[in-house]
Amino acid sequence: MEPKQAMTVNGRLIAFEPGKTILEVCQQNGIPIPILCHDKRLKPYGGCRLCLVEVDGAPRPLSSCTTPATDQMKVTTESPRLFRLRKTAIELLLSNHPQDCMCCEATGDCTLQELAYQYGADLDRFGGEQWDLPLREDNPFISFEPNKCVVCGRCVRICNEVVMAGTIDLTGRGFTVMPDTAFSKPRSLQNCEFCGQCVSACPTGALSGRKSRGMGRRAEIERVRTTCTYCGTGCNLFLKVKDNKVVGVDSDFDAPVNHGNLCIKGRYGYDFIHHGDRITTPLIREKDGLREASWDEALDLVASRFKQLIKEYGADAVGGFSSSRCTNEENFLLAKWVRTAVGSNNVDNCARV
Amino acid sequence: MPEIDTLFLFGSNPTEAHPIIGFYLKKALQNGAKLIVGDPRKTWMAKRADVWLNVRPGQNIALLNSIIHVILKNGWENRKFIEERCENFSELKEKVQEYDPVSVERITGVAASQIEEAAYLYAHAEKAMIVYGLGVTEHISGTENAMAIANLALVCGQIGRPSTGIMALRGQNNVQGASDLGPAPTILPGYQQLSDNDVRAKFAKAWNVEIPKEPGLKSVEMLDACVEGRFKGIFILGEDPAQTDPDLNHVCKALEKVDFLVVQDIFHTETTRFADVILPGASFAEKDGTFTNGERRIQRVRKAVEPLAGMAEWEVVSLLATRMGYPMSYSGPSEIMDEIASLVPIYGGVSYDRLKSGGLQWPCPDKDHPGTSTLYTDLFSRPNGKAWFNGLDQHQPGETADQEYPFTLITGRRREHYNNGSQTRRCQGIDRIVAAEKVEINPEDAERLGIISGNLLRVSSRRGEVRVKARVTDRSQPGCLFMTFHHQSCLTNLLTSEHRDPITGTPEYKVSAVRIEPVVDKVK
Repeated sequence: MEPKQAMTVNGRLIAFEPGKTILEVCQQNGIPIPILCHDKRLKPYGGCRLCLVEVDGAPRPLSSCTTPATDQMKVTTESPRLFRLRKTAIELLLSNHPQDCMCCEATGDCTLQELAYQYGADLDRFGGEQWDLPLREDNPFISFEPNKCVVCGRCVRICNEVVMAGTIDLTGRGFTVMPDTAFSKPRSLQNCEFCGQCVSACPTGALSGRKSRGMGRRAEIERVRTTCTYCGTGCNLFLKVKDNKVVGVDSDFDAPVNHGNLCIKGRYGYDFIHHGDRITTPLIREKDGLREASWDEALDLVASRFKQLIKEYGADAVGGFSSSRCTNEENFLLAKWVRTAVGSNNVDNCARV
Repeated sequence: MPEIDTLFLFGSNPTEAHPIIGFYLKKALQNGAKLIVGDPRKTWMAKRADVWLNVRPGQNIALLNSIIHVILKNGWENRKFIEERCENFSELKEKVQEYDPVSVERITGVAASQIEEAAYLYAHAEKAMIVYGLGVTEHISGTENAMAIANLALVCGQIGRPSTGIMALRGQNNVQGASDLGPAPTILPGYQQLSDNDVRAKFAKAWNVEIPKEPGLKSVEMLDACVEGRFKGIFILGEDPAQTDPDLNHVCKALEKVDFLVVQDIFHTETTRFADVILPGASFAEKDGTFTNGERRIQRVRKAVEPLAGMAEWEVVSLLATRMGYPMSYSGPSEIMDEIASLVPIYGGVSYDRLKSGGLQWPCPDKDHPGTSTLYTDLFSRPNGKAWFNGLDQHQPGETADQEYPFTLITGRRREHYNNGSQTRRCQGIDRIVAAEKVEINPEDAERLGIISGNLLRVSSRRGEVRVKARVTDRSQPGCLFMTFHHQSCLTNLLTSEHRDPITGTPEYKVSAVRIEPVVDKVK
């Protein structure tokens, strides 16, 4: 590894690994820089001009997301001039953005909203033409409100750089530029994987998870960090919970395995949890079918039947199947149950099948 | 992984079965990595491969031996690595002599020039990684397939350095953890051998009960014993053998015959149809615990909502044990993990307070150990630390296509669904975009048989039949069909065979001989 280098940010000396951008070094050291068009999962883009910083010796502010950090560099991230430039950039974005935060799905989870607040943006500084396009819900998972798009290109880049699905790209020219599918066709399995990566990358309310819409916004929900229940990759995610109900899934960008990336199952495969088909009470089979029972009754019956079989045929005639779908603790416990309460080694899991 | 310069993907379709690992591999491709794909299906990766080895199902060893043959013939092997870190090279060298690319082309269907190209690319890579999936293991020679892959990596010294080695993609969220923690007939938690007296004594002391010395039965053996009337009671925790095991008719016979069957699950499944008592399970959102992923990383599962039926599985098992006369009482899963740590050396340093962010990769023997990310950096896990070459023969799959059953059926997964589908089929949207199973058939075969996409077909094997609509696609090669087992409306495992790898007991899900007939004339 090359030796560490050091730069000065706002008068503070910071050592860094060569090859990083100014933005990355600052983010790793807890120095906030506003940005709309970047996401750790993407290559630097330099589109939004909010991450401008002043670098000693440079004639004008540089975008920190595209400028490599160099040894001995002196950087300033906050100044009256930077504040003014950023505020203007935000106000230009707001000139074509609906001011309906009170009804917006993304309220409380919207970078544009946060920055407008932080910079005290004048909502009406630049008048002019505005988009007036309808909400698009042409598929079960992804809602698109084009009017809220700031054309940062994050959705397009994650779709092409990370997922390599090529579902959407920036289409049109000038004022009409917008992320869209080829020929504006509805999303289907023909052109989309429905991983929702674009939704996770969107900094505004333009893209949102359709199944979660209206189910609760950031301030109303609790986010529980957990591990995905599907394949063996072990992605981390947040379950969004409101009133003892899982209403959606959010990316966990700090996850060591997946860094916020998820697939269709991880992101949209959660609503089985509250499906009406769930078995919610023990069931005992009688001659004419299953009948509901209390836990006490069912467990008494199970315990006595197993004990009777062990007595009659020996512990070798009784066993258990454990599951790769259950937790470590449950697998351990079932193995322990067979070896203690039953008294055999007849226990297996489904790893081999 | 993005630093790999040659990727050899074998029997794995990560862009569908492991999409997030697929993202890493895609990044490696964007960074300029060469790609070799060994797969009978023309997957996303196969389409983009520098070399696609379109091997016939079940002919993996011939193909891998032939690649090694080419490497040795041209002197591309890593002699230093072989001499310093391996043994028994002469056996391999002699064995692969028989597998010249021209003869192997006839067995595997892979052009000799492709085999040579793959050998060149892999042997000349700076950092080459082999990623394999269930297309390697779900064969009668699954274990030997994995050994053949190891031979290739060792011959070229592509192991034990970052961005090299062999990565096996594990199928289920906690298949690693379930293997680690002892629900197995011959091992106690942590791969500690049941046959070892000291190990049994340790568990006997901790659990205050004599641990029986006799090995137990594997799940498939328990089912066989049920059919023979020798096995009387089974507790099935969260598994659905009546949909996901091969040769379902046999499984169903066993579950019908067993005297007392208890199934704990979150939904009614094919298996609960046979249960005498059904206990409600708790989903992953309703309990605390841990899963261990394919890179041995132990990560937290956290309770987000209350269990719908009031109790999670760990509570149910504890209560059941207590009622059977063996008291179990835990304040929660955290205390169970503490017991695991005290008994399982590879989990010795694991506790919930250390799993707050990021998890830990085992082996993690004590509280101060940071966990282990790369294995075999200097020694392999044999007594002298050296790797052993095995000369391997190509064996035929348990069943091959013949006149009566002329097609080879490969089974696997689709991106949108998961295993028996009991969860994903109940998710809004997913149920709609992939509502039913379809059998993938090559356009040439389809044209010859007068089949178009959407036609209803009867697919039958020596063991059973299903009805399913056709999807004509060149993802299937001529003579091969592909189906998944996600749908209760099409129980694909009625078709799959009873053949298993004799060492691991893993069924040959990837090769079954079947035939197809249109059910009605060209119904759309």
